[in-house]
Amino acid sequence: MSSTTATHAPPQAGVNYLNARRGLLSWVFTLDHKRIGIMYLVGVMGAFLLGGVFALKLRTELLTVGKTIMDADTYNQAFTLHGAVMVFLFIIPGIPAALGNFCLPLMLGAKDVAFPRLNLMSFHLWMFGAIFFVIVLLTGGLDTGWTFYTPYSTTTTTSVIWAVMGAFILGFSSIFTGLNFIVTIHKMRPPGMTFFKMPLFLWGLYATALIQILATPVLGITLLLLAIERAFKLGIFDATLGGDPVLFQHFFWFYSHPAVYIMILPAFAVISELIAVHSRKEIFGYKFIGLSSVAIAVIGFVVWGHHMFVSGQSQMASIVFSFLTFFVAIPSAIKVFNWLATLYKGSIRINTPMLYALGFIWLFTIGGVTGLFLSTMSTDVHLHDTYFVVAHFHYVMVAGTLWGFLGGLHHWWPKITGKMYHDGVGMFASITAFIGFNLTFFPQFIMGTRGMPRRYYDYLEEFQFLHVLSTVGAYVLAVGLFMVLFLLIHSLMKGKKAPDNPWGAASLEWQTATPPITENFHETPKAGNPYAVYDFEYDPQTGDYKRVAFSDATH
Amino acid sequence: MSSTTETAHAPSGHAHDAHHWHEDPEAHLAHHFDTPQQQFDSGKLGIWLFLVTEILFFSGLFCAYTIYRSYHPEVFVYASKFLDTNMGFINTLVLIFSSLTAAWAVRNAQLNQKKALVINIVLTVACACAFMCIKYVEYSHKAHWGLLPGDAYTFNAPGVESPVTQDHPDPTVGMSRPDNIHIFFGIYFFMTGLHGFHVLAGIIVWLWLLKRAMKGEFNAKYFGPIDYAALYWHIVDLIWIYLFPLLYLIH
Repeated sequence: MSSTTATHAPPQAGVNYLNARRGLLSWVFTLDHKRIGIMYLVGVMGAFLLGGVFALKLRTELLTVGKTIMDADTYNQAFTLHGAVMVFLFIIPGIPAALGNFCLPLMLGAKDVAFPRLNLMSFHLWMFGAIFFVIVLLTGGLDTGWTFYTPYSTTTTTSVIWAVMGAFILGFSSIFTGLNFIVTIHKMRPPGMTFFKMPLFLWGLYATALIQILATPVLGITLLLLAIERAFKLGIFDATLGGDPVLFQHFFWFYSHPAVYIMILPAFAVISELIAVHSRKEIFGYKFIGLSSVAIAVIGFVVWGHHMFVSGQSQMASIVFSFLTFFVAIPSAIKVFNWLATLYKGSIRINTPMLYALGFIWLFTIGGVTGLFLSTMSTDVHLHDTYFVVAHFHYVMVAGTLWGFLGGLHHWWPKITGKMYHDGVGMFASITAFIGFNLTFFPQFIMGTRGMPRRYYDYLEEFQFLHVLSTVGAYVLAVGLFMVLFLLIHSLMKGKKAPDNPWGAASLEWQTATPPITENFHETPKAGNPYAVYDFEYDPQTGDYKRVAFSDATH
Repeated sequence: MSSTTETAHAPSGHAHDAHHWHEDPEAHLAHHFDTPQQQFDSGKLGIWLFLVTEILFFSGLFCAYTIYRSYHPEVFVYASKFLDTNMGFINTLVLIFSSLTAAWAVRNAQLNQKKALVINIVLTVACACAFMCIKYVEYSHKAHWGLLPGDAYTFNAPGVESPVTQDHPDPTVGMSRPDNIHIFFGIYFFMTGLHGFHVLAGIIVWLWLLKRAMKGEFNAKYFGPIDYAALYWHIVDLIWIYLFPLLYLIH
C-alpha cells in the first residue's frame, strides 16, 4: 500500500496503518494484513451477533412447555441457522482469520503474510460465503441442522443448496488462510527465531493451518457432492438410488471433527500468550505446549467415528474410534497443567484478558472432561443426542473459542486500535458472561443425563425448572457480551491512548508503535525469547513498559 | 480485485533505477519479501500446499469410487464397457505430452529462451484444448445413449428409443444387466467433470502466463509463476493417470 511513498519517506509522527490511507476502497481492497484482520473482526462479530439472536430465540422458546414464541418448523430453522452461522461464520474464522491475521506477521517481525492478495481473496470469499447464508435466510431458511445429514438434507424443501455452497466457499476462504499462514511461518521468520523460539500463538496457528489444509478440502468435495446430489439426483447418498447415507456422515465428520480443533487450537494458542504475559513469568513447558497443539491436530484426524457410535458403523470401528478418542485428552491435559504451572508463583495480574484466560481454564476443563464421558461407548449410547452433548460442546466451543477470542481481543485491543478500555468494566463484563454461561449450560448436563433429547421443540414438565435456569443464564450471558460491545465501542471513542507495550510482553508485536505503521516495523527486529517478560520494566509516568535487557531464548 | 492493488507490487521498478543493470533481479520482488529467493521459496511451498489440498479434494471421490465399487462390483464391470478406451488412451497421451511441454517451458524460462518458452506454452494450451474436445465427444456420446447419472439415466428404458444400431452395437450383449447402473455414471461424470474443470482452469492460467511470456517477463532470475503453473499442470495430469485405469481399464 503506497509502499513507495511510505518506505522511502522518513517516518512521520502520528501516521499509522489506520490513518495512512482513507476511504472505503482503501479498506475493501487493502493488502495490509492488519486491515484485513480488522475487516474479519467486524465480520465475525456481526455473524456472532446474528447467531446469538438465534440462540436467544431458541432459549426463549424453550422457556415453557409447548409453544412459547414460535412453531416447531421455525424452531428447527432457528437451531439450524444458530449452528451453521456460529460454526462456519464465527468460530472457524474467529481467532485465526481475525486476530491471527493481525498478529501473525507482527509476531514474526514481517511486513505482511506471504501472499497478501490471497489473504484479501480469503476475506472476499468469506464475505461471499456470508452473503450465501443471507440468501438462505431470505429464501426459505434451512432446517437440516448445521451437519446437513442425509437423507433429510436431500429431501427437505428448504434452501440446502445455497447453504451448502456458502459453506463450500467459506471452506476455500479457510484453506487459503491456512496455506498463507503455513508459508509465512516457514519462510518469513526473522533472524534468530527458530521454530522453538516462536511465540506459542504461532504454534497454535500453525497446527490449525495444518488441519485447515488437510481436512477442509474433504468437506469441500462432500458439500459439492451433496449439492449435486440434490440438484441432479446423483444417487451417491440416496439409499433409494443405491447410495449410502452413512457415507455422508463419514465424509462430513472426517472434516468436521478436525474442524473442532480448528476452532479450539487457536483459543489454546491465545491462552498460552495471556497466561504467560499476565503471570509476569516465562511460560512453563514451552515445547510441550507447542507440540501438544500438533499432537491434537494429528490425533484429530483419526477420531471422527466417535460421532457415529449409533449411526450403524461396525462395532469394531466404534471400539477403535473410542480408544483413539481418549488420546485427545492427553495433549489437552498437558496444556492445562502447563498453564497452571505457569501461574504457580507468578505475580499474577488480574485484568480483563487474564480473567478470560482463567475462565477458559475452568470452563474448558469441564468441557474436556465431559468429552471423555462421550468418548466412552457404553456411556455415549445413553448420552448420545441428549442435552449432555449440547452442554459438552458449548463448554468447549463457546467457553473455549469465545473466551479465547474475547481474551485475545482484550489483550491485543490496545495494539489494534491504539486505545485502552476501562479495565474494571471489562472484568465485570467477563464475570457476568462467566456466570451467565455456567447458568445456561450446566443445567443442560443434568437434563442430558436425565434423558432430555437435543433439538426437541417440546419437553416433559419435569425438565422445565432446568430449562428456565438455562434460559435465564442465556440472557445473563447476552448482557455480559453486550457490556463487552459497549466497552469496546466506548474505548474507540473515548479511550485513553495506549502505550506501545501496556502489558510488558516480550513478543515482537509489542515492540513496534501502537498502532503499528503500515509496514509494521521500520527495520526488521531482532527476535529474542518471546516470553522474557523480565526484560521489561514498568514506567509509571507513561504507563508503558521499557526494555531494560535482551534475553535470547532459553527453552 | 487485483487491478486496484497493483500499486503494492508494480512500482518497485523505478525505486531501483539508480543501480540499473541489464535486468533488474528485484523487478518482480513484492514489497514484503526481503530477497527474490525468499519470494520464490514462498511461492513454491505455497503451490505444493495447494496441490496437497487438490489431492485431498479429489480423495473424497476416489474414496466414493472405492466404496461403491465394493458395494456394487457388477455395476462397475458392466457399465465400464460403455467407456471408449481408445479416446481415453488418446487423452492420456495428450495430457502426458502436455506435461512434457509444461516442464520444458520451465526449463526455457530458466535458460532465458523466450521463443521456446512461448512455443511450449502454446503447445500445452493446445493439448489441453484437444483433451477437452475429445472429452466433449465422449460426453455427447454418453448423453446420446442416455448413459447419465441418477434420474437422467435412460439407456434402454421403456419408452426411450434404443440407441443400439448396427454401427453402434451394445458392448454389453450377453451380460446380465445389474441394478443402479447410474451410480457408475454418477461417479464417472463427477470425477471426470471435476478433472475437466481443473483442465479449464489450467488453460486460463496458461493463457495469462502466455501473455506475460510474450512480453518477456520471465527469465533465469524470475520464473516462479511458470514453475508453479507447471506443478499444477502435473497434478492435473497425475489425477487423470489414476482416473483412466480406474474408470476405463479395470473390468
